[in-house]
Amino acid sequence: MSLKKVHDNQPKEFKFSDENLKKAEEILKRYPQKSKKSAVMPFLYLAQRQNDNWIPLSAMKYIANYLSMPYISVYEVATFYTMYNLAPVGKHFVQVCTTTPCLIRGADKIVKLCKEKISPNENEISKKGNCSWMEVECLGACVSAPMIQINDDYYEDLDEKSTVEILDSLIKDKPLKPGSFRGRKNTAPEKKQSINGENHA
Amino acid sequence: MLKPENKIFKNLYNDHGWEIENAIKRDDWRDTKDIISKGREWIINEIKTSELRGRGGAGFSTGLKWSFAPKEVGSRPHYLVINADESEPGTCKDRDILRFEPQKLIEGCLIAGFAVNAHVCYIYIRGEYSNEGKRLQSAIEQAYQKKYLGKDACGSGWDFDIYIHYGAGAYICGEETALLESIEGNKGQPRLKPPFPALVGLYGCPTIVNNVETIAVVPTILRRGGKWFASIGKPKNTGTKIFCISGNVNSPCNVEEEMGIPLKELIEKHAGGVIGGWDNLQAVIPGGSSMPLLSKKICDTITMDFDSLIENKSGLGTAGIVVINKDQDIVACMARIARFYKHESCGQCTPCREGAGWMWRILDRVVKRKATFSDIDLLSDVTKQIEGHTICAFGEGSAWPVQGLLRHFRKEIESRCREEPLIKKRTNNPYLVDQHLLENKNA
Repeated sequence: MSLKKVHDNQPKEFKFSDENLKKAEEILKRYPQKSKKSAVMPFLYLAQRQNDNWIPLSAMKYIANYLSMPYISVYEVATFYTMYNLAPVGKHFVQVCTTTPCLIRGADKIVKLCKEKISPNENEISKKGNCSWMEVECLGACVSAPMIQINDDYYEDLDEKSTVEILDSLIKDKPLKPGSFRGRKNTAPEKKQSINGENHA
Repeated sequence: MLKPENKIFKNLYNDHGWEIENAIKRDDWRDTKDIISKGREWIINEIKTSELRGRGGAGFSTGLKWSFAPKEVGSRPHYLVINADESEPGTCKDRDILRFEPQKLIEGCLIAGFAVNAHVCYIYIRGEYSNEGKRLQSAIEQAYQKKYLGKDACGSGWDFDIYIHYGAGAYICGEETALLESIEGNKGQPRLKPPFPALVGLYGCPTIVNNVETIAVVPTILRRGGKWFASIGKPKNTGTKIFCISGNVNSPCNVEEEMGIPLKELIEKHAGGVIGGWDNLQAVIPGGSSMPLLSKKICDTITMDFDSLIENKSGLGTAGIVVINKDQDIVACMARIARFYKHESCGQCTPCREGAGWMWRILDRVVKRKATFSDIDLLSDVTKQIEGHTICAFGEGSAWPVQGLLRHFRKEIESRCREEPLIKKRTNNPYLVDQHLLENKNA
């Protein structure tokens, strides 16, 4: 369970856009008619995407109405799962994996760079370039450690130099292409033993 | 060493393209109709012959699990649910299957769905794998276009639909009943078992929950025969397995190998060896973070399969191997894992919710050299009080790695502890909310 804080400044109203209403109807078809409640997680994602990557309380109320379920149940779901942002995040939302497999390949150095380049604290929007960062638990790309996730994309096999390049590109609002930054193909073993204990990030 | 012709996942690194046309060239969807026409009994028996054990961590016999589903569909429909909520630190095998071998998974879903009488399958993907989910969705659409899914799927006379449901960053949803709760639109908190999901699962209906890798190997097993699969690996630990080798190795990678391969061979042959050489090895976590670590002495000879790891008080789990060499602070590594469990505990059972934080705080004190000798026994006691006292296996998953650390590195921990307790001094550690409980007179 993680502590999540609801944002102070809440918009009064929320409604799905026409496009999202269509998507919502499509989503409802996936579940049995009696179990509309199942759609709460996909609906929260829709709301989050529509509202600049965070979910206001009015959206939870809207979804509760839409699915005829109690508001508290929607609130419960939105606060239980860590990927629902209850306060604004940067346009480029950097999530740094710091769990052990990444940690032993130098994730702490990436955290340090995020503090220098983006903001000294987590979940704080940067002065330059609308970015924010946070530490997260395992993102499931352990053989490509250390890695970060920026919005939906994975940036893998990082070291200090490549992290600086990526973070600079975000501040300039021209993100680099995701993928491996050591030029390897997906999770295949590398033939050259070019990296040693000192070299990686 | 696995022979190339016995490899199941030929496109693990996307050398040949993930699209359905390329997958068909790799023999996916060959004879699917014939396999289904042989009937449920034959399919389940063939899987039982293959001795396939679930690849999600527990290693339960897949054929046996399928046979638990009611033979006839009663008033309630049956469901098949695929667990793609891969979040165990050290594990990233399912991601590659979703990205590069989606047709193997989809075909497996159809066959498994038929075998357990399910017309609907939900694939629960962790929310972070958004791009992988999109890839799987396009693969599903390609299969619909070829009429491999939908009404009369693949000409078998069986109607079958697959839907994707995204998680949202909760590790606990990898537990099967928590996963079902999550699909139902609730918080992901595990249910008491029994009743098991095979009888009362999703929406109260019979549900079979399987891991991605388990389902993805099923079509190949049925095409080549259960005996072929059983001939690879060791008795009771048969077949091939994707190993994820991460941490202090020269070339971390995912690799498919046969079960029962020696750990040393796996690391040296595929992952380019330990950084600084084999003698620089400190410990290995053999199966994702919930499995106790192994000391170097055990690593020298251990083979990677369910039973020999259990003999050494660990487990194969998800086969996510994290190699830790002597340059790392082993206590700090395990303290970070304890922090992971503190963060991910769902909060339902008190021993786990409180104990996970407790273990992390003690380990953190050891890292900072602020712990006392009595802390070590306290730590050991806390792990014992969590283990076996929770609804789901998360309790064991959080306690075992700490027990493993205590078993193999007690001397290391002791060397960092001091005699006089710090507790009387009232340190200003903000997270020590239950500090007063550590005092002897209150204990």
